[in-house]
This record gives sequence, structure tokens and C-alpha cells, in this order.
Amino acid sequence: MTGTASANSFSVVKGAGEEPIFQAGDSVRISRRFPIGHFRVPNYIRGKVGLVEAVMEPKQLNNEEEGFGRNAGNKRHYYRIAIPLAELWPNYAGSVSDSLRIEVFETWLERSGAK
Amino acid sequence: MSSHGHDHSVKPGANDITPGYYEIMETSVRELLMAKQLITGAEIRRHLEVLDSRTPALGAKIVAHAWVDPEFRARLLANGRAGCEELGIDFYDDTQLIVLENTDKVHNLIVCTLCSCYPRPVLGLPPDWYKLKPFRARAVKEPRKVLAEFGTIIPDHVEVRVSDSTSAVRYLVLPQRPEGTEDFTEEQLAAMVTRDAMIGVIKAGFCEIPEAAR
Repeated sequence: MTGTASANSFSVVKGAGEEPIFQAGDSVRISRRFPIGHFRVPNYIRGKVGLVEAVMEPKQLNNEEEGFGRNAGNKRHYYRIAIPLAELWPNYAGSVSDSLRIEVFETWLERSGAK
Repeated sequence: MSSHGHDHSVKPGANDITPGYYEIMETSVRELLMAKQLITGAEIRRHLEVLDSRTPALGAKIVAHAWVDPEFRARLLANGRAGCEELGIDFYDDTQLIVLENTDKVHNLIVCTLCSCYPRPVLGLPPDWYKLKPFRARAVKEPRKVLAEFGTIIPDHVEVRVSDSTSAVRYLVLPQRPEGTEDFTEEQLAAMVTRDAMIGVIKAGFCEIPEAAR
């Protein structure tokens, strides 16, 4: 965080969603949920495990909520998630190093102890 | 037949095309928004002009500049949108841009499996195949086969990295600078960078260099 040393002499409680919940390197699972509606999380990654490559700044509106006209004060972070293609497709025929990058909104990520 | 001698009820060239479901929906929503004075015809026209002014030539300019200016390349890779804006290419929407650098170890490919997200501010409209389901589905499932169909063979020791654009982020591939171009000017380099190379389905310099750019 930027700021002067004196800024650390007091503490403030940050609002929900101000700080990213996950950090680069964290293992995460994409939620395996199938709510009705249009969600910007493709089915093929739901339930899969990946690594957070980067927290994407700045935090953004939840565009799924925005799609229903609910867009006040619910900004959170997107994360750039790395998932091996072999994790996505059990019979993947390419190189084991081949991988996917995809941005996922915080509300769709769960902490994973796996791997 | 109208009073001045010819029929206005049928548009020239459009008489055998029945509008589809989504075309009718688009027309209806547009006319409703205009009728309610939420947007004007002039605003729609202005945005079409903005879109029409965006072509792969802008992306090629960005790539060529990144090839000749390492400091610019570093800034572009750190923040794609800011890098483009530095060259005077503004973004007319809220999207961010991540520039993906191809190297000896990684070959990048971009896709939007959900719809047709595309770096329109720097490449203009996407090609039709980019929007069709076969490419969208196969790019994340068998990217090497898709690339091979474009004539691009990626060796096994090179990672194929597919970036699926799902919401507020767009991607642009920074291809590798072709060998033997050390003496090229920035303009000559830009002429080697095609749309497909910036999507990542081919490498830059795949085609013959146009005579005019030599």
C-alpha cells in the first residue's frame, strides 16, 4: 500500500470488498454453481482448480448484478486465474504446460487447499 | 407506387432478406430508446463512426512501436490501456487491456468463449470466425489443432496459453518480432503485423512483406 509512515499510526476498518480476498499464488476453486441467468463464468471452468496469477486493479462493479440494475456500491476485484488445460480436459492432447487464463469475479472463487 | 413514380416500400437490395429474431430485437430496442429520448440518432451515428475508425492498423502501430522501444514495451505490458493511450489511441469504453507477449516459451491465443469480446478499440470489429461457436469452443479445448488449421505449428516445448475474455478485460497479442528485420523502420515493421497475428492464430511476418513496405 502507498501512504506515509504516519498513516500506519492509526487503524481503520476497510469496507467490505475494498481489499482483495485472494492474492497472487493462491490456489482457488471456481464455484460450481448454476444459478439461472446470464453469468460471465463459462460452465467449463466451474468446479475447476486454478492459481491466482494476478489481482486485477481497480476493483470493478459486479457486472452480473449490474445486468439486473443493481449496481450501487458492490465493487469487488477480478482475478486473473491460471488453469492448466489438462485440468480442464482430462483427455487433453496437447502439451502439459498448455494453460488457460481467464478473469473471474471474486464472488465466484473459493479457497482451495488442493494442489 | 408512390406519387413521384417509383416504389419506396422495398429497400434496394434488401427485398429478399427477412430480419432475424435478434435484428428485430435490436431495431425495437433502438427505436424505443430513441422514442423515449434516452439516446439520439446522432449519438448512435457518432459511436458507429468511432467504431469504424478502429482497424488492425492501430494494433499494428502499437506492436511495431513496442518492438523498437523497449521502455514503451515494458509500460505497455504493465498497463495495456495506458500504453495505447500514450500513442493517442483512446478507449471509448470501460474495458481494460492486457497485452500478452509471445516469447520463445509462450505462444498466446485470445478467444471469448461466451460471446465476442475483442480488443475493438485497437483492432476494430472481430472477424466472423472469431464470433462463431466452432472457434470459441475449440480454442480452449484443442488450441493446437485450431492453430495448425491456421498453418501455425507450435512446438511441444512452447506453452500454448489461451486467454478467455469474459467481462471487463480485453487482450491483445504482442507477436514476436520476425527475424531479419533489424534494419526495418517502424512503419515497415507495422506493415508485417496483421490482425490474425494480434489474435494469436498466426505469427507476425507469416505473409510476404508487401513490396511497398520494403
